[in-house]
Amino acid sequence: MTSLETRLRLRRDRGRKLLMPYLTGGVTPDWTDHLRALADAGADAIEVGIPFSDPTLDGVTIQEASDVALCRGATTAGILADLSRSRIDVPVVVSTYANLALRRGADRFCRALADAGVQGLIVPDLPLEEAGSTGAAARAANVDLALLASPATPARRLRDIAERSRGFVYAVSLMGTTGERNQLAASAAGLARRLRGVTDRPVFLGFGISTPAQAAAAARDADGVIVGAALMRRLLDGADPASTAGFVRSLRAALDGVPARTAADAGG
Amino acid sequence: MEALALRDPTAAPVAGRFGRHGGRFVPEPLIPACEEVEVAFAEAWADAGFRADLAWLLSRYAGRPTPLTPALRLSTELGVTVLLKREDLAHTGSHKINNVLGQALLARRMGKRRLLAETGAGMHGVATATAGALLGLPVTVFMGERDVERQAHNVFRMRLLGAQVVPVRSGSRTLKDATSEAMRHWVSVTEEAYYCVGSVIGPHPYPWMVRQLQAVIGQEARHQCAEQLPAGTPEHVVACVGGGSNAAGAFAGFVDTSARLVGVEAAGGAGAARGEIGVLHGFQSLFLQDEQGQIREARSAAAGLDYPGVGPEHAHLRDLGRAEYVTATDEEALAAAVRLARAEGIVPAIESAHALAWVIRAAGTTELPTGSSVLVTLSGRGDKDIATLMTYLGDGEAE
Repeated sequence: MTSLETRLRLRRDRGRKLLMPYLTGGVTPDWTDHLRALADAGADAIEVGIPFSDPTLDGVTIQEASDVALCRGATTAGILADLSRSRIDVPVVVSTYANLALRRGADRFCRALADAGVQGLIVPDLPLEEAGSTGAAARAANVDLALLASPATPARRLRDIAERSRGFVYAVSLMGTTGERNQLAASAAGLARRLRGVTDRPVFLGFGISTPAQAAAAARDADGVIVGAALMRRLLDGADPASTAGFVRSLRAALDGVPARTAADAGG
Repeated sequence: MEALALRDPTAAPVAGRFGRHGGRFVPEPLIPACEEVEVAFAEAWADAGFRADLAWLLSRYAGRPTPLTPALRLSTELGVTVLLKREDLAHTGSHKINNVLGQALLARRMGKRRLLAETGAGMHGVATATAGALLGLPVTVFMGERDVERQAHNVFRMRLLGAQVVPVRSGSRTLKDATSEAMRHWVSVTEEAYYCVGSVIGPHPYPWMVRQLQAVIGQEARHQCAEQLPAGTPEHVVACVGGGSNAAGAFAGFVDTSARLVGVEAAGGAGAARGEIGVLHGFQSLFLQDEQGQIREARSAAAGLDYPGVGPEHAHLRDLGRAEYVTATDEEALAAAVRLARAEGIVPAIESAHALAWVIRAAGTTELPTGSSVLVTLSGRGDKDIATLMTYLGDGEAE
């Protein structure tokens, strides 16, 4: 199977701005219907969260979605089984916290991801220094472990992160938790440009990207955007798969209006 | 530093490891802030001027050294020599002030303009509010809503001292969730605010730094035991353990002696005694969790012990077999609090009463043989627990 990074690079290099919506696994009984709807609405990859009891980097919306999913009995095994059955064309990137990824050992976790067809992994509380063994386990399972970079990350560390990240680099647009914001953070563009200066890996901006206009603005400097809380709020408010898909189509349309990076821009 | 060891000799050296525990499991946005604290504390700790400022505050402001009180009547009743390290007599009524004065001085030295803290029983919140008032730093304290309700006295003390108390409504609405919320807030204010962690938990350097700042408990007690005990050192050193800061401080003074080290956890929050390895709040250690890895909610009458994990150094001391971790129930702790009040005229915090409860249970058995000596850290005073004790006596032992 073509790796996540290869697939993302191919699309990016064709001039497409990339879109990765986020969905909490198990949040509703029909969550895989939402998953398919997002895939059909123009997602280039989908981030699926395995809910954790104590999500310390998440704001109220994803905290609530996690609580709802856990109350419904969501488990790692159950979510992966649902993903196995849903077999969508779009690559799936699982995100979860370290305690769940390490619970039965990173090797076993990464193999389970791969068996379910998952191609990428995000673990926000595994920074560079703590990601070594999980990174090795992910590589062995052909899963790309994407690392986070933040506006506070100094230059040298940013290079190390970009080098060791796989699949893409997750650029955290602001100093804060996940959640909707009224405007794109001022720190977003600078971070995306700094990352593009040190890596050719796809750079995704996430955190606080809430509207099509914000997505388009973010994509002027990044290769793609991750949209989570804005989608999850709609879902928690009762949106059906057709309406979550509608929101993703509006993001897709906004991104398609952003001019592609020129060859001169790329990597520099 | 001496207790820090690499998790795995083949892995890249990672700072802040206590055996396989500890580390710095925080999201990338918090890494520079943790590094900044680490560098600043290492420099400050090596600076005689900083140490002198702290020593001055500890003696002239916080009332150190605290006495070592022989619990004469209790000792006679139990048949063991019980020595109480009186942290309840430190300013603000608990050992928390030792840590907070050090961290608040550090925050000022780093040029930070405000302090953040989490609190369970409210003792760390009160201590932080106090240090903030003293040094002119505004303080924001995150406290679980359940704890806000059951520790109303301390909530008012914090507000009286000028601190803002933010009730946390997520999860179990106790210390675990207050800590999560403090970390969430910290991410957005790392430039201006200093996160003053209250126990030997959190990402490196906190478990190490807080232990260093609390080691004064053990150092003083060691000198005092040398004066008061014919043998010079106690045979047992006992302290209650939530995150484990008073125990870490007491143990630091005796880890290189033959004293047996015993940490007493709440039966409903026994991370060290019953937890499994995991990662929460920036560190790897032992946590109460289910099969899936979801963190379980701790439940204790002592809000300060209502934490599902334990500091990484304790987990390491347990791995090494150097310290033992046992539990006491709410009922045993409340009974111990009443017994100390009546035998010695000292009302302990329900947290501290867990350590006494184990001593009372173990005295005269092979665990704590008749004639042996035991040092107990009385980590705090019981004023904050008066309502709980009133309910307890009203229900079970009415006058």
